[in-house]
Amino acid sequence: MVTLDINGAKKQLDIDPETPLLWALRDGLHLTGTKFGCGMAQCGACTVHVDGKPTRSCVTPVSAVAGQKITTIEGAKSKTAEAVRASWRKLDVVQCGYCQSGQIMAAVALLESNKKPTDADIDDAMTGNVCRCATYQRIRAAIHDAAQSL
Amino acid sequence: MKLANENLGRRGFLAGSAAAGLVIGFNLLPGGARAAAAPAAAKTFAPNAFLRVAPDGTVTVLSKHLEMGQGSYTGIATIVAEELDADWSKVRVEAAPADAKLYANKLLGVQGTGGSSSIANSWDELRAAGATARAMLVQAAAASWNVPAGEIETSNGTLRHAASNRTAPYAQFVSAAAALPVPAGVKPKDPKTYNLIGKSAPRLDSNAKTDGTAQFTLDVYLPGMVTAVVARAPKFGATVKSIDAAATKKVKGVLDVVQIPSGVAVVGKDFWAAKQGRDALNVTWDFAGAETRGTDAIVAEYKKLAEQPGTVAAKKGDAAQALGQAAKRVNATYVFPYLAHAPMEPLDVVVKLTPAGCEIWAGDQFQTVDQSNAARVAGLKPEQVTIHTLYAGGSFGRRANPGSDYIVEAVALAKAMKQKVPVKIVWTREDDVRGGLYRPLFVHKLEAGIDAQGNVTAWTNRLVGQSILSGTPFESFGVKDGIDSTSVEGSNDMPYAVPNLLVDVHNTKTGVPVLWWRSVGHTHTAFAVETFLDDVAKAAGKDPFELRRSLLSDPKQARLKRVLELVAEKAEWSKPLEAGRGRGIAVAESFHSYVAQVAEVTAKPDGSFKVDRVVVAVDCGVAVNPDVIKAQMEGGVGFGLGALLHGEITLKDGEVQQSNFHDYVPLRMNEMPKVEVHIVPSLEAPTGVGEPGVPPIGPAVANAIFAATGKRVRDLPLTPEKLKAAQA
Repeated sequence: MVTLDINGAKKQLDIDPETPLLWALRDGLHLTGTKFGCGMAQCGACTVHVDGKPTRSCVTPVSAVAGQKITTIEGAKSKTAEAVRASWRKLDVVQCGYCQSGQIMAAVALLESNKKPTDADIDDAMTGNVCRCATYQRIRAAIHDAAQSL
Repeated sequence: MKLANENLGRRGFLAGSAAAGLVIGFNLLPGGARAAAAPAAAKTFAPNAFLRVAPDGTVTVLSKHLEMGQGSYTGIATIVAEELDADWSKVRVEAAPADAKLYANKLLGVQGTGGSSSIANSWDELRAAGATARAMLVQAAAASWNVPAGEIETSNGTLRHAASNRTAPYAQFVSAAAALPVPAGVKPKDPKTYNLIGKSAPRLDSNAKTDGTAQFTLDVYLPGMVTAVVARAPKFGATVKSIDAAATKKVKGVLDVVQIPSGVAVVGKDFWAAKQGRDALNVTWDFAGAETRGTDAIVAEYKKLAEQPGTVAAKKGDAAQALGQAAKRVNATYVFPYLAHAPMEPLDVVVKLTPAGCEIWAGDQFQTVDQSNAARVAGLKPEQVTIHTLYAGGSFGRRANPGSDYIVEAVALAKAMKQKVPVKIVWTREDDVRGGLYRPLFVHKLEAGIDAQGNVTAWTNRLVGQSILSGTPFESFGVKDGIDSTSVEGSNDMPYAVPNLLVDVHNTKTGVPVLWWRSVGHTHTAFAVETFLDDVAKAAGKDPFELRRSLLSDPKQARLKRVLELVAEKAEWSKPLEAGRGRGIAVAESFHSYVAQVAEVTAKPDGSFKVDRVVVAVDCGVAVNPDVIKAQMEGGVGFGLGALLHGEITLKDGEVQQSNFHDYVPLRMNEMPKVEVHIVPSLEAPTGVGEPGVPPIGPAVANAIFAATGKRVRDLPLTPEKLKAAQA
């Protein structure tokens, strides 16, 4: 048994402790907002927060995060998260949408540590998150917009 | 693909059942009969196959087209809502079921999404659907209020009779309208009265795609469902010789190991078990029928072929003679690599097979074809195959393929497992990158002749590469006299007025499966034509913009010329740039839309460069949703730029050398240029925007680098290493 603290609730899962957090969330708990894109921390579609830090859940074994606070897109309800979401909607950032949970989680983490990120800060924080639809221009604009509103 | 070609398009892809889908449900509904026979009809107004109005006034638009990011749901709903005068906040979209009789793509002849045709083929159909529904609601109100229908106005989901000062929401007349006969010949609105079209209504999928609730195929969990990953051949065409599954079967959670035509499926209780099981699997492959060449050998063969005449795809005047008489000749050879689509959501599908039928959940791009292929494998009739079309996490063409590879594989597995439980197949990124169905590798050889006055007198373009359509059930759709339109589009109909033209093609054969990839033939032809034209401009001592403008002299090219002029104006084409920076221009008509782009690049002596800014001008007819059009241009620029800078699938001894995003490199945030988009106002029928943003970006950037450095890289991708070598 592995006990995980996910979106403020304790969840018990009967899984191999080496199972990546991504698959525990998805197949174990049906928290499907967190996506599988590459399986090797190359695309960021699986980004969640572990104790507030953006973390690639596809390469993070559940054993490594037991006892830590895990937040997924479904549980991202902070003021920053809501501001980011509102800016994403205002600017219609999404296209296929598959990477956007990860993009939003990365953007929220950025804004929680840096209230007024520059373009260079955004490049640093977001370059690990791939969007094959190439919505990058709007992601950048939405991060600036959210920073303004916070 | 040029889908709207009238003869081609209306003929349809498939003989037999699919052809019946050409005439669309809206007009097929029995005249005067009530449209919806479902029990819910008493409460819901469903006058045709494309929309329903619920008793609470909620409007549900049924989209026959996949939403894979291109904004089709929003665009389709905009057309319906405009004609219906619906309240946008009450509009929803649902995926239509697979039913070619009701939902065939009028330009493809089957139900499917591709060729940037969603809005183009829906335009008349959905305006009629919306306008008819509105007329029935008006009729119902007129009867109730006892006033002439012509005196009733509608807006924002509300009916109003000014003279008697009565208003009512649509909800009030849903039941009454549902009881009326469906009128014929209702005229759509005058464009001058549009409230939604041209006004950028917000995307209908933004909310669900920002809170994690949007449902993709990967998110489907059915009771009892198992998950499989498949070990597929490491070389295309190899087959299973023997399987050692001893270690796999010891992996906790592995349920079964099943040989299927595409390889060996490891079935697990969940993805991780199946993946661990596959990692432990030992398959011995038979390479007897496999492609074992490397891409180096394939390119060498293609380059040899490029020296010999091919099948003529376009001929005007006498190009050989004109070249012989030319004062100056320019020539160049280009190599375009195989490219994988690599959508963010790797391929996946859920299949539930029972003796009575087959249910499929997928980001399905090719419903009629998938239905037919699934039925064949399952031993069912196509109408026994139900498809639940979900959001696709990108596709770029991959999820529409004639063999329905990712779907039939799962049906075969479900069948082999004796239909016990629903099965989900998940492709890993490695499976996706190595799975084939690539943009074909092409070699182009071009030559031009210039006379003493600097006029372009001759143009030849020889293409060497695999045909996408030959050998598929769609051959008759796009292959004529040995010419696959998807190979030569953009080359054989290149827009410039050159008196002597010869375009010919060699259709090659390799064991590497190929497929359309966002903008299809234009992915290579636009690059060859548009960069070569800049070489010609240089040789002729002309400005690239001015040369294009003078060669777009045919009145048929007026729209292309207009976007060329607009982009030059918006990008301040003639304004000088500082040393080390360059501006490049390119245009392309694709899928009946016209796009011109100017790229600004900063290049350094070490070969590195950065694309700083891209200005886009687009003419796609009526701009149904300008913001979605802008998004597609931005995305097309980014997608095409990623391919230009990094995109390359190579084979060594038949094995694909790339596997994931570290070596099949996508464009990332730090490489995305500033993109500004200008839309030409137009009353022409709308055309597509999903693909047309892609073709010009590669040549625009390459031309900008040429302007900055005087150097060319003609073997893509255009990497700093190659540029540095060219500069040495």
